[in-house]
Amino acid sequence: MFYLFCPYCGEHREEEEFHPRGQAHLSRPEDPDGCTDEEWGDFIYFRTNPRGLHHEIWVHAVGCRKFFNVTRDTQSYEILETYRMGSAPRITDLNDKQQSREVQA
Amino acid sequence: MQKYSGFGLLRHALTYHENWQRVWRNPKPKKKYDVIIVGGGGHGLATAYYLARVHNITNVAVVEKGYLGGGNTARNTTIVRSNYLWDEAALLYEHAMKLWEGLSQELNYNLMFSQRGVLNLGHTLQDMRDIHRRVSANRLNGIDSEALDARGVQEIVPILDCSASRRYPVLGASWQPRAGVARHDAVAWGFARAADAMGVDLLQQCEVTDILTEDGAAIGVETRQHGVIHGDRIGCVVAGNSGVLAKMAGFRLPIESHPLQALVSEPIRPLLDTVVMSNHVHGYISQSDKGDLVIGAGIDGYNGYGQRGSYPTVEHTLQAIVEMFPIFSRVRMNRQWGGIVDTCPDACPIISDTPVENLFFNCGWGTGGFKATPGSGHVFATTLATGQPHDLARPFSMFRFHNGALIDEHGAAGVAH
Ligand SMILES: Cc1cc2nc3c(=O)[nH]c(=O)nc-3n(C[C@H](O)[C@H](O)[C@H](O)COP(=O)(O)OP(=O)(O)OC[C@H]3O[C@@H](n4cnc5c(N)ncnc54)[C@H](O)[C@@H]3O)c2cc1C
Ligand SMILES: [Zn+2]
Repeated sequence: MFYLFCPYCGEHREEEEFHPRGQAHLSRPEDPDGCTDEEWGDFIYFRTNPRGLHHEIWVHAVGCRKFFNVTRDTQSYEILETYRMGSAPRITDLNDKQQSREVQA
Repeated sequence: MQKYSGFGLLRHALTYHENWQRVWRNPKPKKKYDVIIVGGGGHGLATAYYLARVHNITNVAVVEKGYLGGGNTARNTTIVRSNYLWDEAALLYEHAMKLWEGLSQELNYNLMFSQRGVLNLGHTLQDMRDIHRRVSANRLNGIDSEALDARGVQEIVPILDCSASRRYPVLGASWQPRAGVARHDAVAWGFARAADAMGVDLLQQCEVTDILTEDGAAIGVETRQHGVIHGDRIGCVVAGNSGVLAKMAGFRLPIESHPLQALVSEPIRPLLDTVVMSNHVHGYISQSDKGDLVIGAGIDGYNGYGQRGSYPTVEHTLQAIVEMFPIFSRVRMNRQWGGIVDTCPDACPIISDTPVENLFFNCGWGTGGFKATPGSGHVFATTLATGQPHDLARPFSMFRFHNGALIDEHGAAGVAH
């Protein structure tokens, strides 16, 4: 069982209160009508699926029900930061643990 | 290849079993192969075997970063069935089922393939409608499949609680009598031994770190332990690590890797002689020949490459098992482990060419590819031998996620592996 910090509730809560919702920061094509099948398929189905640093969306399903972002290591499962929708991640490199500690503090 | 037989067992007993031949060689990598298969799981080894046996291509290497069959092949709950809904999937899995049926003899290796039947329970009206639909579709495809009511289910599994007072009462099930289980390691070892005997090089402890390309075509792989190995065609069969290999070659796949776990109990007396699965309460169970209950779960929802599962999933799974089998409520669990499954958005595999010429992928089997092992290898061997897909594999191109020809097997796949 791990705890996740909800940036809206401002608290650590049990993993069971949340649901993961896949890769974050995917933006919907700006001109949907002008998209090719390839562009649509890529947007809807194709993912980076990295072994290591991953920015992903979670939802506080049985809490405030808001969506937010998590930066997580998909190999060690270490949670590096959580941040609100619309903001950018501070950690974009797994080697930067120092940065992570500041964010967690 | 030393032939295994009852007589051989007796003969070797006379020399205290000290003179058994090694099961396969441990060769030095050559500089170049006709075909390189990345991933020495069941699917990769089956591919190598059928390349040699059906297509007479024996200048083949299977490159495995760990040991043979140590990935999902060694971690799955061994359910084999073919009662999928859509024609494309049903025909592919039934192709595998037919191969399973003669495989122990063909490989001269006891796969402990046991056709003890699989029940997929229905607990709601909608479950039952889906079951009837799937059973009808199966029959049209020549696959043995029956719809049972609760009484019929109770007759097959007396210890299943089919009483109407359960929170999720059992209303019926689909039943495939030819389905069952097999010994997972044996499948990998049997294919490995037979492929090795035909000249295939099995390169263990050899991790692929890069895929080398020239003018948009793959020409070989870089390995951590043995440097560059060249190949005319390369087939990647690395399950949960498919995204990592695709990245090496510079493209993405419609696949995400998730932990999937299983657990086994202490061994108990034989009392469950079939496989019982429930999508609705989300758990499944069988009993191994050793006597332990083999219990499976759903995936962990997050992306993960850690070969372990989360505790909430253990809890939910065991709740489901006890809901179905109150008799097991005090059985102790012995071991729990996880694999990394490559889940695909339509719950169907990818057997496909890629944006890189001469590079092919066989992946996306997710939570349910063990049952397909021989069929998957058989059709993928055609792809690697000819550059063209086998007719049964044609619908499973990765480009279906561009043209929209998805094959939605979530109903038949579900928790059901
Ligand atoms: C807990 C669990 C239960 C399951 N239950 C069932 C079931 O009941 N029925 C069913 O049909 N299916 C089931 N499955 C799914 C099934 O196990 C898989 O679909 C199937 O075994 C995949 O076989 P594979 O050979 O493709 O993959 P694997 O056996 O995982 O083989 C892939 C191999 O590639 C190697 N590899 C990875 N990266 C590299 C690299 N860079 N270089 C070299 N080698 C590399 C790995 O080490 C591994 O040995 C289950 C899976 C799990 C995890
Ligand atoms: Zn919250």
